[in-house]
Amino acid sequence: MSPFFALLSRDIRLAVRAGGGATLALAFFACVVTLVPLGVGSDLHLLSRIAGGVLWVAAVLAALLSLDRLFQADYEDGSLDLIVLSPLSLEVSVLAKTTAHWLATGLPLTVLSALLAVLFDLSVKATGALVLSLLIGTPAVSAIGAVGAALTLSIRRGGLILPLIVLPLLAPAVIFGSGVVQAVQDNLANGAFLFLAAFSVLSVVLSPFAAAASVRLNLAT
Amino acid sequence: MTLALEVRDLACIRGQRALFRGLNFSVAAGRAVSLEGPNGVGKTSLLRMLAGFLRPASGMIRLRTNGAEVSEAEDRGKFVGWFAHQDGVKAQLSVREQLDFYARLHGRSYDPPAVMAKFGLSALAELPGLYLSAGQKRRVALARLHLSARPLWLLDEPLAALDTAGKKLVAETITTHCAEGGIVVAATHDPLNVDCEKLVLERMS
Repeated sequence: MSPFFALLSRDIRLAVRAGGGATLALAFFACVVTLVPLGVGSDLHLLSRIAGGVLWVAAVLAALLSLDRLFQADYEDGSLDLIVLSPLSLEVSVLAKTTAHWLATGLPLTVLSALLAVLFDLSVKATGALVLSLLIGTPAVSAIGAVGAALTLSIRRGGLILPLIVLPLLAPAVIFGSGVVQAVQDNLANGAFLFLAAFSVLSVVLSPFAAAASVRLNLAT
Repeated sequence: MTLALEVRDLACIRGQRALFRGLNFSVAAGRAVSLEGPNGVGKTSLLRMLAGFLRPASGMIRLRTNGAEVSEAEDRGKFVGWFAHQDGVKAQLSVREQLDFYARLHGRSYDPPAVMAKFGLSALAELPGLYLSAGQKRRVALARLHLSARPLWLLDEPLAALDTAGKKLVAETITTHCAEGGIVVAATHDPLNVDCEKLVLERMS
């Protein structure tokens, strides 16, 4: 097995075991999304109109829950030093960790969203659009989140600052992601989908460089 | 393999305070250096500089392997075996999983029972890191250092938390590494009990 997959599978293993946060993020997502119909009431038309936005915002917040430990846990116990010194370049290591985060959090959130869409009386077609938008868009959440996590890795309670850094950067994902669902509901041409895909590709390609630079900066102090 | 580490006129500034300045030393292949000095004098900082984490305020660090010179800090890190205070042992992973991961990360195959027996970990193979004592974690880290098969070993307090047998194991591991032509730089307060040169860092006035 290559070094890349060694790091990837270790991070997935850590994420799904006790204290890893992957299950926590899923439970949080399910709770928040379930609360919204209880608060908004039983106006099915209204619920189906807001479904895309609610599920997207909840998915971003849930993914953030487990992001703050992406580098911090390894930094605190000294594993990050070993990862930096490993044969992998730091950019590739960051990509492995980010991919592991997406596989342990983003992908399960996407699958779960199909189930939760029932609460919002979302049509089959719109549910498909929602799942597809999350599938395309959540890698951007993990990638941009990784930059925030790398910047705050040495800060105590960095998890509180992380959302302040990351959420504004994730606004395009939420706008285009929920836009995809609404365009399908309104039978409009779906330009939001292309913007979401472009945003996601750009984030995934660029963020390893930014996150690796932040890790170096933090280790050098 | 020929290997040489050379440090010229190295200076370290931490938090606007100069820790050391004008530090010169060189280590030839097969030699160990015991880095000594009072607390806070910059031993760990020096090791982190050698590993390429910290940038020197001035001066240079050169590593030569097989005639080629490694001058970039990050490239130097790819020759470093690291063994520090923080042992990098994960609470959720078993000893076996941690060693497997590390060997794979370094693209190496190893014989788990033999390595675990060598470092006194055989009975702990399936135990999660959570239940290991401080000394047992150090043994896992030592096994990992052995697995890395890197030429330049940087050890920070290698004897801390280890029992008598563990300390002996560290000495044996260092001696073997030197015999194979590697270099060891170890920051320590206790005698390593190996054939080594001493480098004492003095507190700057």
